[in-house]
Amino acid sequence: MDFLFVLIVGLLVTSGAYLMMSGHLVRFLYGLALFSNAANLAIFVSGGLSYGAPALIAEGEKAPLEPVANALPQALVLTAIVIGFGLTVFALALAKRAFASEGTALMDDMRSAEPRAED
Amino acid sequence: MRFLPALLAFMATAWFWSFLPAISAGETRSWAWAWLPDQGVELALRIDGLSLLFALLITGIGTLIFLYTAAYFRNDDRLPRLLTLLMLFGISMLGLVLADDAISLFVFWEGTTVTSFLLVGFDHNRRYARASALQALIITGLGGLALLAGLIILGQFAGTYRLSEMVLMGDAIRASEIYIAATIFVLLGCFTKSAQFPFHFWLPGAMAAPTPVSAYLHSATMVKAGVYLLMRMSPALGGTEIWMWSLTICGAITMIVGSVWAMKQDDLKLMLAHTTLMGLGALVMLLGSGTKEAAKAAVLFLLVHALYKAALFLSVGILDKQAGSRMVDDLGGLRGAMPLSFAIAALAALSMAGFPPFIGFIGKEVIYESALHSAASPLLVTGSALAANIMMVACAGLVAIKPYFGERRAQKNPGDPVFGLWFGPAVLAALGLWFGLFPAALGHDLLEPALGAVTGKAAEVKLYLWHGVNLPFLLSLLTFAAGIGLFLVIGAVRRALQAARVPGAEDGYDLGLAGIDRLSAWVTRSLQGGRMTVYLKLSFAVFAGVIWMAILMSNTELSRPDFRVPLFQFGVVVLILVSTVVVTFTPSRLIAICALGGVGSGIAMLFVMYGAIDVAMTQLLVEILVVVFFAIALLQLPRTPISLGFRPFDMALSVALGLGVIVTLWAVLGTELNLYLTEYFEKYSAPKALGRNIVNVILVDFRALDTLGEVSVVLIAAIAAVAVMRAGREARK
Repeated sequence: MDFLFVLIVGLLVTSGAYLMMSGHLVRFLYGLALFSNAANLAIFVSGGLSYGAPALIAEGEKAPLEPVANALPQALVLTAIVIGFGLTVFALALAKRAFASEGTALMDDMRSAEPRAED
Repeated sequence: MRFLPALLAFMATAWFWSFLPAISAGETRSWAWAWLPDQGVELALRIDGLSLLFALLITGIGTLIFLYTAAYFRNDDRLPRLLTLLMLFGISMLGLVLADDAISLFVFWEGTTVTSFLLVGFDHNRRYARASALQALIITGLGGLALLAGLIILGQFAGTYRLSEMVLMGDAIRASEIYIAATIFVLLGCFTKSAQFPFHFWLPGAMAAPTPVSAYLHSATMVKAGVYLLMRMSPALGGTEIWMWSLTICGAITMIVGSVWAMKQDDLKLMLAHTTLMGLGALVMLLGSGTKEAAKAAVLFLLVHALYKAALFLSVGILDKQAGSRMVDDLGGLRGAMPLSFAIAALAALSMAGFPPFIGFIGKEVIYESALHSAASPLLVTGSALAANIMMVACAGLVAIKPYFGERRAQKNPGDPVFGLWFGPAVLAALGLWFGLFPAALGHDLLEPALGAVTGKAAEVKLYLWHGVNLPFLLSLLTFAAGIGLFLVIGAVRRALQAARVPGAEDGYDLGLAGIDRLSAWVTRSLQGGRMTVYLKLSFAVFAGVIWMAILMSNTELSRPDFRVPLFQFGVVVLILVSTVVVTFTPSRLIAICALGGVGSGIAMLFVMYGAIDVAMTQLLVEILVVVFFAIALLQLPRTPISLGFRPFDMALSVALGLGVIVTLWAVLGTELNLYLTEYFEKYSAPKALGRNIVNVILVDFRALDTLGEVSVVLIAAIAAVAVMRAGREARK
């Protein structure tokens, strides 16, 4: 199963990068969302996978009795998901605003910050 | 206050003077402080004969120049700045000649470069001054880098950064394979600093500096730093063919080019600058000869040149100040109005032209004598020395006779200057005469120890004013005759030279600079053209490049993947993969949002299966919110074009990136996992934090500050998003 996780991460990265380079604002946002999913999954899988064993301690015990899932990457992924969410929402707001003021969703035509040289 | 620098310099001169008896008896003094002990760098200072000669020149001439500066800029509020810079320069220069540690020497060397840059650009509101300062900085700065490389090569080879120990290893260094590289780098440093051909052109440009600065830096001291280092390194690097010929040829060319171009100048200061090139060229050429006689001539001429050149620069400064011009055609007949200035200029010029009984005469005799026995090529060395000296006689006449004789011409009402202005050059000019009359003590006390340091063994310097009628004397007579003849026709010569358009090394410098400008403009245009997709492509390309470089440079073995997976899990994986492909290629925004949700919830399902319940819950909630926000935002964003277009480059780049991630991640999974932290959390969650959900305990207890930071980030993102929307609304109103 490990390898299938890795495969998913790879495909998410490939699609994400391809969408971000498309030059259209909306597709760029899709790409960004895929990228953040890829990152989360990559962190999760690199902590090792263990099927169906949540990192819980039974009542009255001091430590898990049987081997459980690696808790550390889970904690990191939780943080990453929330941060990625914040980033996506901000990017959405920025995109909306950029489209409103630039009048185009084509990223290469957004030239207010770096105006086209005389050509 | 304004005489404080002069006083300090005078005290320093006296202090160095007190070493004279010990040094001339053949002793040395040294001090050392640890600086970067780990790197073996010390601040090591050492006084031997050569250092002492330079230190006396720097502080002695410095005293007179500081005094002159205080008078020259008397009514100028920039005086404190100028004096501060000059003092800083003087300290760097002293450090340079006293340093015994190669790294300390380099630091002081760069100190003189930087202060010289600031001093040349002193009139920073003049474009020419700025350009000249930059040119001097670029040339000498690049040379300084080469020098550092050379010194490090030498230091690594010798196992010591003490110059005094390096020079004792001369035979080993010359026999080693690092010799050529070290020599080339050191020579580059010395030649740029001392303005040797083909780097000579920065020196005349540096005349944009105020006259006292030119007199101090660009004739008497800084430009001699390269000569100093050549002298210092002679025992370590000298005596080989490459050393001999590069010094002799570059020195001879510099000498001739400097002399010829000196005669072309209308501006007396520029003319003196070019004769300085002649002096520096002569010194380098003599050091190339490799004989003891030549080294003796070099040490003597160093002093001779410093005395007369500083005096002449200062006297041109007086002309500029009192008569309102330093153009040769604007001046004439000032002898009556400025008798003192005339006397000073005449004394210094006579030494420059090498007339007896001045020290310049002895200097010239000794040069001729050593040139006739040069190890390189007596004909070449003697010939170029003769030609240059003839032109020096003419130039000396130009600066001492032209302004003071003939029809009276001046830009303003001339008169002799105040004490502060004439005192310095008068002392220097008088010393030229004094040393000429009594050369024996000078030779024994000052030059002998210096020569010992240059040749690496004890030496004897006996100087006489009268050498008898021999070949050098006959050459001297020839010099006078031809020089005076040349002076009589100098006007015609000057016009002829000015009419001839000769390409100089400076054109190469200009071309080089223009080329660098064009190159950087091109790089900026192609890397930063304002197209966002280009930026993205570059970023992804670098990302992919770094990943693949790491993969190709490591030799991790990849294990075989195992595809035996329960059908249910396989179904989830297929859902994610298909959804991803759909997001990528669908033209419909609705389908894309749905597919994004599919990807997110598929991943949430994976989290559930692999024991990450909390993560899965968060992922699901976030995914719902993302879909909602996307839907809201897309209402106000345009439709996506049907086709993504066929973009093979982007496709290849994305695939390369994705494959790189797969390989890297798979390799990471093949390594052993360090479970130290995980075990720690499992062990202490219940007893210490009283929580049974380990993930939660980590987030809210063990790493609570991290979580606080995370919350802040989300909050900031929310505030920023709101601000962006608000700004949009206000912009529309």
